[in-house]
Amino acid sequence: MAAAAAPAPAVSMEGVTKRFPGVVANDGVDFEAAPGEVHALLGENGAGKTTLSHILTGLYRPDEGRIALYGKPVEFSSPREAIDAGVGMVHQHFRLVSRFTVAENLVLGDRRGAGRNFHIDPGAIAAQVRELGDRYSLPVDPRARIWQLSVGEQQRVEILKALYQEARILILDEPTAVLTPDEADTLFVTVRKMAEEGRTVIFISHKLHEVKAVSDRVTVLRAGKAIATVRTADATPQSLAELMVGREIEVVTREGHAHPENVPVLEVEDLWADGDRGTVAVKGVSLTLRAGEIAAIAGVSGNGQRELAEAIAGLRPCTKGTVRVKGKVVHNGDARAAFQAGIGYVPEDRLGTGLSPTLSISMNLSLKSFRRESLGPFLRLHAMRDKAVDAIRTFGIKSSGPEQETDELSGGNLQKVVISREFSAHPSVLIAASPTRGLDVAAVEQVHSYLLGAAEEGAGVLLISEDLDEILALNDRVLVMYEGGLTEADDRTSVSEIGLRMAGETPSP
Amino acid sequence: MNNSLVVVLVASGIAYGTPLLYAALGELLAERSGVLNLGVEGMMLVGAVMGFWTVQRVHANTGVALAAAIVVAAIIGAALASIHAFLVITLRASQIVSGLALTIFAGAVGLSSYLGSDLNLAGAPAAHQLTAVFPKSMQDWPVVGPIVFGQNVLVYASWACVVLIWLYLSRTRPGLNLRAVGESPAAADTMGINVTAYRYAHTLVGGAFAGVAGAVVTLAITPQWVDGITGGAGWIAIALVIFAFWRPELCLVGAYFFGALQALAPQLQARNISLGPTVLWTNALPYVMTIVVLVIVSSGTARSRLGAPAALGVAYVREER
Repeated sequence: MAAAAAPAPAVSMEGVTKRFPGVVANDGVDFEAAPGEVHALLGENGAGKTTLSHILTGLYRPDEGRIALYGKPVEFSSPREAIDAGVGMVHQHFRLVSRFTVAENLVLGDRRGAGRNFHIDPGAIAAQVRELGDRYSLPVDPRARIWQLSVGEQQRVEILKALYQEARILILDEPTAVLTPDEADTLFVTVRKMAEEGRTVIFISHKLHEVKAVSDRVTVLRAGKAIATVRTADATPQSLAELMVGREIEVVTREGHAHPENVPVLEVEDLWADGDRGTVAVKGVSLTLRAGEIAAIAGVSGNGQRELAEAIAGLRPCTKGTVRVKGKVVHNGDARAAFQAGIGYVPEDRLGTGLSPTLSISMNLSLKSFRRESLGPFLRLHAMRDKAVDAIRTFGIKSSGPEQETDELSGGNLQKVVISREFSAHPSVLIAASPTRGLDVAAVEQVHSYLLGAAEEGAGVLLISEDLDEILALNDRVLVMYEGGLTEADDRTSVSEIGLRMAGETPSP
Repeated sequence: MNNSLVVVLVASGIAYGTPLLYAALGELLAERSGVLNLGVEGMMLVGAVMGFWTVQRVHANTGVALAAAIVVAAIIGAALASIHAFLVITLRASQIVSGLALTIFAGAVGLSSYLGSDLNLAGAPAAHQLTAVFPKSMQDWPVVGPIVFGQNVLVYASWACVVLIWLYLSRTRPGLNLRAVGESPAAADTMGINVTAYRYAHTLVGGAFAGVAGAVVTLAITPQWVDGITGGAGWIAIALVIFAFWRPELCLVGAYFFGALQALAPQLQARNISLGPTVLWTNALPYVMTIVVLVIVSSGTARSRLGAPAALGVAYVREER
C-alpha cells in the first residue's frame, strides 16, 4: 500500500554539526519532530542538547547541516528570523529583563500585537497579555515586575512570551529544574495542551521520569551525537538511561536507617542569618546531625539553603544562634574555626568558592592545611605535590598533573578536587551543597559513593540538593527548607510529602 | 527685580548648566544601552575646539557659521565615541580603561590642545557667538524675562531634547528595546533585538551630544579658546547621570543646580558680599560631590539600587559557553 503523503515534519534537522574551540558540541545530528508532538531531547549535561536548541532558535549558526521547518529549508542568521518562522524557546536561565513589567517583557521585539507600534500604550499591551494568560490558564499580572515574581511565575512569563510571538514550535530547556513537583505537574498539563493545539513542543531534560511522563517520542543525545529516537511508550527508564550513558549504570541506593544511639556531631540551635541583599535568609533553624547519618535538605533553590550552609561553615556570620560541633561551640563567622572544629564544606559554587581557579591542583589541595604542613613561612612544595599525586590517583582526577590550573578542569574533576581536599581533613561534619549539579552520570555515581563512604567512616553528612532523586537515594532523614525555615518530613521516601513541604505547605495527617 | 540675586542665579544657572545638560543627556543615552563612556571630558574639549575653529574660519553670516560649528562639534564628538564603541562593543575591551584613555587622548593635554595651538585659535575672541533669541524688550519682563527669554537657541533645543529623550525612553518601542539592551542584553538578543547596533548607535549619539556640549562652552559661555576650557565639566556630567538616576528630567534639574553653583561666586563678588572661604566651597562642591558619587556607585549593589542599567559596563558575548 502506498503511504499517503505524510505531512511534513514541523522540524527536521539533518547532519547538524557545531564546533566550539576544542569541542564538537553537535556532531552530525539528525532530528525530527512532528506537528502536535511532544518530543523529548534527552541527554547528560554537555551532550549537546542546549547547543542544538540554540541552533534552532538562531542564536548559533551550525557549521554544517540542513534545517527545514514544515518542509521548507531555513537558515537563520539571527534570533529574529527564527521568531518570525515560529520558533520560540524557554531558556533554562530565563531571559527576562528583571526590572521590566511582564507586559514590557512580552512586547520586546514584538511585530504583531499592540507592541508593534512606534508609540507604546501600556494599557493596551496589558489587556492583550491578560487575555493571552486567561486563554492558556497561565495567570500572571501583566503590570508586575519580573523581580517580584516567583521562579514558577517567571517561567509562566517565558512560556507566555513564546505564545505571544505565536510560536508553533516551542523549545523548553530543562523547564522543571527550578520547579517544585506540583508546579512541574501543572507545567506538564500546559505542555500537553499546547501540543493538542497542534504546536510542536521540544522538551529538553536529563530526568527520565519527566521524559516518560510528558513526551510522545524521545531522541537521546550522547557526546554530541543523536544516538537513537524511540517512542516513549516503548521505552523504559532503564533502557533510556543506558542509551544516555552508553553503558549499564548502577543506581546508588541506600537503606535509610536512623542513628539515635550515635553521638551528635553537629548541633545547630535557633540559627538566623542574613542573605546577600540584607534580607533575613535563615529564620531560626535548629537541627541535630549524628555521626554516620546522612541528612538531606530538600528545597527549591533560593529558600536559604546556601545561606544556612555558609553560616554553619563559618563563611557567613549568624545574626543569632549557635553552632556546636561535638558539643563545642564554633566561633561565629570564622571559617577557619569551623574548619578546625571538623566541618568540611563542599560549596555549591565549586570554582568560585570551592577553589582558587588560577592556582594549581596541588596548591588548591593544600589551601586548608598549609599552616600545619609548612616549614615556618616556607611551603613544602614537594610534600604538597606528592599529596596531590596521591589524591589524583585515589579520586581518579583527570588532569595533566598536580601543576595543572584548576580552571582548566571539567566540572566533575573540579568537584573531585574539592571533595578530596575536604575528605583529607577527615571531617566529623561534611556539608555538601548541590554536589552533583552539572555533573555527568558517571561523576554523579562517584560523588554519591564518596558521600556514602564518608558517612560509613562516621562523619555526619548534610546533603543540600534540589535533585529529589538524589535526595531519595541517599538520605537517612529528609529536611525541607522553605523561606528560611526547616521542617522534617515524616516519611523520608514520600515524594508527595516532600513536594508539599517544598511549596510551603504542611501535609495534613 | 531682574537684578535680584535669585533671578540672576537661576538665569545664569541655566546658561552655565547647558553644557552639563547636553553632556549628561548624551552619557545617559550611552549608559542606558549598557556602555559607560568616561571619555566625555575629552569629547567635549575636542567638540569645543572644533566648534570654535569653525566659527573662526567659516566666512558666512552668523547663523550659518554657528549652525556649521554645532554640526562639526557633533560629528567630531561622534567620531571620537566611535573609537570607544569599537573598542568596548566589538573588541570587548574594558569600558573604564577605554573611556579614560579617550579622555587622556583627546583631553586637556592631548588632541584638543594640539588642535588649539596648531590651528592657532588661542587669544582671539570668537567671530560669532550664540546670543539671546528673543528681543531685548521681552528679556526685560520681570523674572521670566532673563530666565526664560534671555537664553540662546541651544538652551531651548536642550529643553526639547529632555522632553524627546524622556518620551523616547518611556513611550516608544525603540526606547523599550534600548532599555532592554542595557538591562539584559541576553534577553534582548533572544527577542531579536540587535544588541550591537543599539549600543553603537547610542554611544555615537552620546558622543555627538558631548561634542555639542563642548561647543556650547566656546560659542556661548566663554566665547574664546583656552586649553582645558571645560574645566572638568565632562566628569561632572558623568556624575550627574548617576545623581539623576538615569532619568533625563532629573539631569536637567541637576545640571542647572551645578550651573547655579558655578555662577554663585562671581555674583557674590559683584555684589560685594563676602563669604570668605565659603566661595572656595561653592566652587569645589560639584567636584567633591562628583568624587563622592563615583565612590558610592563603584559598589555594584548601590548602583543597582539607584537604578543603573543592570548590564552597564558589561560587554555582551553571545557564543559563550
